[in-house]
Amino acid sequence: MTTLTLSHLTKHFDGARALDDVSFTVAAGERVALLGHNGAGKSTLMKIVLGLIPATAGHVEVCGAAPGSAEARRQVAYLPENVAFHPALTGLEMIRFYLRLRGESPKPAMGLLERVGLAQAATRRIGTYSKGMRQRVGLAQALIGKPRLMVLDEPTSGLDPVSRREFYAMLDQLAAEGAAILLSSHALTEVEARTDRIVILSKGQLRANDTLANLRRAAALPIRLQVTARPGAADRVAAELAAGRRNGVLVDLTCAHDDKLARLGQIAGLGALVEDVEVIPPSLEDLYSHFSSQTNAEAQS
Amino acid sequence: MKRILAATGTEFRIALRNRWVAICVAMMAVFSIVLSAMGSAPTGELGTDRLSVTVASLTSLAVYLVPLIALLMSFDAVAGEVERGTLSLVLTYPVSRFELLMGKFLAHLAILALAVAVGYALAAGASWWGDARAGRGLVALMRLFWTSLVLGAAFLAIGYALSALARRPGAAAGLAIGLWLVMIVLYDLGLLAAIVADGGGVFTTDVFPWLLIANPADAFRLYNLAASEATAAAAGLGGAASTIDPRHALASILLWPLAGLGLATLAFRRVTP
Repeated sequence: MTTLTLSHLTKHFDGARALDDVSFTVAAGERVALLGHNGAGKSTLMKIVLGLIPATAGHVEVCGAAPGSAEARRQVAYLPENVAFHPALTGLEMIRFYLRLRGESPKPAMGLLERVGLAQAATRRIGTYSKGMRQRVGLAQALIGKPRLMVLDEPTSGLDPVSRREFYAMLDQLAAEGAAILLSSHALTEVEARTDRIVILSKGQLRANDTLANLRRAAALPIRLQVTARPGAADRVAAELAAGRRNGVLVDLTCAHDDKLARLGQIAGLGALVEDVEVIPPSLEDLYSHFSSQTNAEAQS
Repeated sequence: MKRILAATGTEFRIALRNRWVAICVAMMAVFSIVLSAMGSAPTGELGTDRLSVTVASLTSLAVYLVPLIALLMSFDAVAGEVERGTLSLVLTYPVSRFELLMGKFLAHLAILALAVAVGYALAAGASWWGDARAGRGLVALMRLFWTSLVLGAAFLAIGYALSALARRPGAAAGLAIGLWLVMIVLYDLGLLAAIVADGGGVFTTDVFPWLLIANPADAFRLYNLAASEATAAAAGLGGAASTIDPRHALASILLWPLAGLGLATLAFRRVTP
């Protein structure tokens, strides 16, 4: 069941193309990461999905309704990039307000703040909060009700590593309950393990839309093999494998996916000269720069 | 309605924290006390009760102060939220822009009502102190109170419209002060100059009265002075007041808040966060 459908979405700003014929879907319970450079069109795409700005062309359907319609807004939660609140209000007052705006009782406000680890500061003014704490207030308001679609713009910026893990655990739970999640992030390593599918935007165009495994296969980027030689044997190992030396003991070599086993056999053949070997698949960073630097013609071929 | 009240509660709390409530009440209280202290001198010989005289003085005070307070509270309403970046999130909630605007409006109107009530009560209390006949002015005082709120409502609504059009708090503040200066101070001066230049011609008899009631502040003054027995105590517009039907003035002050809110809603709809 698709919760969000974008088809041929195009947005022009004063002649400049912010989004160009972008199509993809997000199904219920699916976590999709939206990746792209600054200015790639991520925030614009999200604002169109939320109905904050109109699209120039194309069609968007949110939970079976038009973006920004009362029906859609009831079922969508949003966390903006650099979320801001009125500094004179406390975290608790702010969440109570958002609960009332959703037509709910303000009672669960404290529970929501506890969930994001902000119970201690709940009655302090938001003006005294750090960026990370404001981000948590933003998360708390996004958890209100049972949103069917969550649109999260850089949700983990300003959070420490422990909070990030807690946050993704929360997302896993929401997705398991059937929420569709569309999030953008610059922290590729955390997205790598925590999302089902990756959408890459570059200059407003869709460059990739697939699972990480499929993207790896499609990109066919070389695999890195890092060989640790015995002390003093690094030069010989490098010469035997026809590879470059990194430092005293490490030898680096790269190979295509199909050559991996043959290369490993070669390394094993060196016997006592080698202490250890590490296989490093292309990272999401590598995939990201591969797909986002592709030209439009390549992407279509 | 629940959503409107949620916005009202939040807005009132913000105004309380930012000392707006205290500032408005203090402003009205101080000016009212000063006015009633100064206005106590000419009573007795005039034959009217002290409260009626106080109401006439308060009318002149309200014309200046109520629009000013209303504009000071309202200019930040939309532009401030755009600047702080709080608007985009709240607009993704299932609440309409009109509801948000009404929420702010009710909160600001409540603050204004509080300030006006405190100010007028102090002035009325002071005139009651030395005059047993003051009860006669009570009807005029009540009329002054509710028309002050309608006048305030008109300028709150105009302030929101300016706020939505300006989109930046600095620009909105400049527009609000400029508007106050034009509508409250320069408008009357302009009309006066036109009358002097006209010398009792068609402008003075046919155009001037309509221009006078077209301005909500002048309509407010006219209505209160025409309806009050203390017209004699008011200088300046007393003559003009006698030629204009107070019902037209009343219609003007009642229409302005509606027109203002309509304009503000239209301007707010065009704001993209």
